Amino acid sequence: MPAVSKGDGMRGLAVFISDIRNCKSKEAEIKRINKELANIRSKFKGDKALDGYSKKKYVCKLLFIFLLGHDIDFGHMEAVNLLSSNKYTEKQIGYLFISVLVNSNSELIRLINNAIKNDLSSRNPTFMCLALHCIANVGSREMAEAFASEIPRILVAGDTMDSVKQSAALCLLRLYKTSPDLVLMGEWTSRVVHLLNDQHMGVVTAAISLITCLSQKNPDEFKTCVSLAVSRLSRIVSSASTDLQDYTYYFVPAPWLSCKLLRLLQCYPPPEDGAVKGRLVECLETILNKAQEPPKSKKVQHSNAKNAILFEAISLIIHYDSEPNLLVRACNQLGQFLQHRETNLRYLALESMCTLASSEFSHEAVKTHIETVINALKTERDVSVRQRAADLLYAMCDRSNAKQIVAEMLSYLETADYSIREEMVLKVAILAEKYAVDYSWYVDTILNLIRIAGDYVSEEVWYRVIQIVINRDDVQGYAAKTVFEALQAPACHENMVKVGGYILGEFGNLIAGDPRSSPLVQFNLLHSKFHLCSVPTRALLLSAYIKFINLFPETKATIQEVLRCDSQIRNSDVELQQRAVEYLKLSSIASTDVLATVLEEMPPFPERESSILAKLKKKKGPGAVSVTELEDSKREGGELNGGGDRGPDTSAMSASNASTPSPSADLLGIRSSAPAGTAPASAGNLLVDVFSEAGPAAPSAAVNDDGFLSSAPPSEDPAPPLSEADELLNKFVCKNNGVLFENQLLQIGIKSEYRQNLGRMYLFYGNKTSVQFASFTTSVSCPGELQSQLNVQTKQVEPLVEGGAQIQQVLNIECLTDFSDAPLLNIKFRYGGALQNLTLKLPVTINKFFQPTEMSSHDFFQRWKQLSQPQQEAQKIFKANHSMDTEVLKAKLLGLGTALLDNVDPNPENYVCAGVIQTKGQQVGCLLRLEPNAQAQMYRLTLRCSKDSVSRRLCELLAEQF
Amino acid sequence: MQFMLLFSRQGKLRLQKWYVPLSDKEKKKITRELVQTVLARKPKMCSFLEWRDLKIVYKRYASLYFCCAIEDQDNELITLEIIHRYVELLDKYFGSVCELDIIFNFEKAYFILDEFLLGGEAQETSKKNVLKAIEQADLLQESQSEDWGSLPNEELL
Repeated sequence: MPAVSKGDGMRGLAVFISDIRNCKSKEAEIKRINKELANIRSKFKGDKALDGYSKKKYVCKLLFIFLLGHDIDFGHMEAVNLLSSNKYTEKQIGYLFISVLVNSNSELIRLINNAIKNDLSSRNPTFMCLALHCIANVGSREMAEAFASEIPRILVAGDTMDSVKQSAALCLLRLYKTSPDLVLMGEWTSRVVHLLNDQHMGVVTAAISLITCLSQKNPDEFKTCVSLAVSRLSRIVSSASTDLQDYTYYFVPAPWLSCKLLRLLQCYPPPEDGAVKGRLVECLETILNKAQEPPKSKKVQHSNAKNAILFEAISLIIHYDSEPNLLVRACNQLGQFLQHRETNLRYLALESMCTLASSEFSHEAVKTHIETVINALKTERDVSVRQRAADLLYAMCDRSNAKQIVAEMLSYLETADYSIREEMVLKVAILAEKYAVDYSWYVDTILNLIRIAGDYVSEEVWYRVIQIVINRDDVQGYAAKTVFEALQAPACHENMVKVGGYILGEFGNLIAGDPRSSPLVQFNLLHSKFHLCSVPTRALLLSAYIKFINLFPETKATIQEVLRCDSQIRNSDVELQQRAVEYLKLSSIASTDVLATVLEEMPPFPERESSILAKLKKKKGPGAVSVTELEDSKREGGELNGGGDRGPDTSAMSASNASTPSPSADLLGIRSSAPAGTAPASAGNLLVDVFSEAGPAAPSAAVNDDGFLSSAPPSEDPAPPLSEADELLNKFVCKNNGVLFENQLLQIGIKSEYRQNLGRMYLFYGNKTSVQFASFTTSVSCPGELQSQLNVQTKQVEPLVEGGAQIQQVLNIECLTDFSDAPLLNIKFRYGGALQNLTLKLPVTINKFFQPTEMSSHDFFQRWKQLSQPQQEAQKIFKANHSMDTEVLKAKLLGLGTALLDNVDPNPENYVCAGVIQTKGQQVGCLLRLEPNAQAQMYRLTLRCSKDSVSRRLCELLAEQF
Repeated sequence: MQFMLLFSRQGKLRLQKWYVPLSDKEKKKITRELVQTVLARKPKMCSFLEWRDLKIVYKRYASLYFCCAIEDQDNELITLEIIHRYVELLDKYFGSVCELDIIFNFEKAYFILDEFLLGGEAQETSKKNVLKAIEQADLLQESQSEDWGSLPNEELL
């Protein structure tokens, strides 16, 4: 390229840039800039009109100053003036300034929009492109308002130049992202989709980004793009490396377009058309095959481009999750990359394998790479790669390898990068809990975790171990013994002291028989840590001490002495002082019985979603928690029961009459129940009262001691369908949208649409309360033979529904053959600890798969006669339950999905309908006749269908409708 | 793609292109944070990193770092080659491009980028077609251009 094309000769600009570069200090630079700003300001304000060139030069200087990081508050007007210049470079600089510097300044936007409008209608492609680039760069709502309707026209017009089409497509994409409501493709949809067939590869490359974005939002309208994309991809994949000329990049044909095509296909389920699907599978196989071929070039660009397509293809394979063969091949390919010398490929392979681990088809194949991944965790030099390895280990963990993986993660923690320690701790804690076969292993793991990475063990983690120990009596003795041993270490982490204090306070008696861990030894051990601990831990220890007095009367004197000393009873911290005073008093005035009642062992905790899991999700953002995990928690229910935010202090008593709210967690839940000076008897009564009063709040009713491997909510069988389930179902026979169910807590709305033998149903679950629903799970089942008649697929919903919030669930329904029963929808959740369990019938009825059939009177009667076998007809005479108004009846019959045929029945009072029910296996023709008798308030309903079971079912359903 | 930043080894920003609306303050904050993060990485490390909820893809060419932020579903490797193709375009246009070319002709660097990427998506991946568009524009410019001679520098490619 000749030197002359460098810059367009704004000498003044070059000199200015050189000056700035020569400045020796920041101050000198600022001085030089201020001088220039003053100069430009005076030029702009001056009486002499500036010529276009000078204006361009000064605007360019302002832009440079802005890009250096300084604020620019003038020059906008001059830039706008440049837009209407007919000199290209002046216009270009004007647009650049505006793209970089203008945000929605309404006054200016109007002027800018005017200039853009002129350029768009100029029919000069270079000017049009400039204007489109500017819209795409600014992308403001005002611009969307002004141009969103014009640009689709430019995009599809036959006489638009290719380069303008490209800009128009991406310009529209940007506007769609900012203001989706203003970009309406409507009539242009199919022409936009057909840009995928455009001869110009550049046009396809640009248009496909737009189509992908639109498809994500309106998949149905754009679904014709699937077959076009497949054939385009197939042509590229099978082309020789030189066929596509300049679109071949380092011997790889059209890598960008290939990736975008594969990305577009990820917006859709696998193609239904067998031929299209076959072609696509062939493409994917070819891409996988090519990965095994020797490289055509040693350049990294070649392998990057080739592998970019490969990874995108693997993403598509994972997205489909239906081709075991491809999934396993993908996994093997990634396995090779795990040991590749390119760090980038190792990183991506680890990342991609994480998603493969969640597919049932490839989970086992992923697991075979465990040693390589562990090795990566140990040896990778780049922390972001190690992080990926840790993620993958987490994703591939299951019962069979949990011990190995947890052990590796623990040992890695000792040297892990600080930035990832907290997350690692959470993951270890979750895995240890989820896959614990014996709880002693779990307790060991968590205590190790505290030992190794105590600083990174968040409250959720140590709360959790306590909840589990409390809820499982088979591990309590072991926990007490282990924690006692751990506390022997001369320096142990404060979190260890907390766990130790809590557990010994509850279960110290289980190891007290051994003289090496006699009550006094236990107490002295705990108390030796006391002075090094923070206030909340000391508060916890004080509670442990009072528990000791109850467990071991022989320690009473020693402990009272401790409580009585000035450093406790006169402690400057009000919480510690209060505890010391109250515990001392309690221990001296309450009878043994009262003491035993007040200080009884903690009741088991209610089962909830693990707070650790919640924290991990929060840390990584929604969706970041691996799919396996969510699915596992679905499968195994709320095994990760959790302690919520308050930690394990949710005892009966802390809910009672806490006189002073304290910031520190009152772990043992004993709080100021006996104000000093109250007479012993009444104190006793008060305490007993408080306890019994709080009784109902204690979670005993909701507790089961399944522990964390079975589960809380879903351990209960789904409730039988509500008595009114059929009635609710009947409301939806002739309509598709509405409220299915409502009670004081929950509202369930439905929207559904059906086409051929397929349906999609949107369920909206609204939380009507102000309290969160926890462990929210739903399941859809097809009882009995319905299983083989109807295929209903859905994804699990998020387990938490905030108060006042609504969540959505989508069901995909496929009618395989005709059916009579309705699928069941079971909903379970916890509302304030109580399990709600509700089963409804989903209003999927056979008539939803009707296609209306128009026919003449003659045809109708001919068919009617053909369907004359006795079992093909079903008839019912019944009393009207609803209005017999003509319009109401017509609306219902149309809602049924059939065609309402006029002038067929000789009696105009009668209604005649025809339709075909579409199932996967066959089509069932149906004819219907409804004869109202207004005087008698009766109907006679007759159905004739090509399949007798359908006649009967429709007759049953419809008899309830009129 | 959400944005692209070009900065020098000394941390000086040479070009910034934002495809999502952000305030100037936010842009500055992001730039500062990312420049720091990327410069702290060692040469043999991988070109990708997680940052906030985005993926960062970067590559160093001579004294300049090219750094793109893409979304979760975007393809890292193809983004790496977007960077490379952009460098190739600059190289072809300026003739052995170096950081100084981009400093002194920042507006050209923007124009070339706009022809190549628009709204954060590849608009035209053919090197010939992009350069043709830029050359046509250059032919439209006034004839009064001058050159200030070459400066000592390091080539990017």
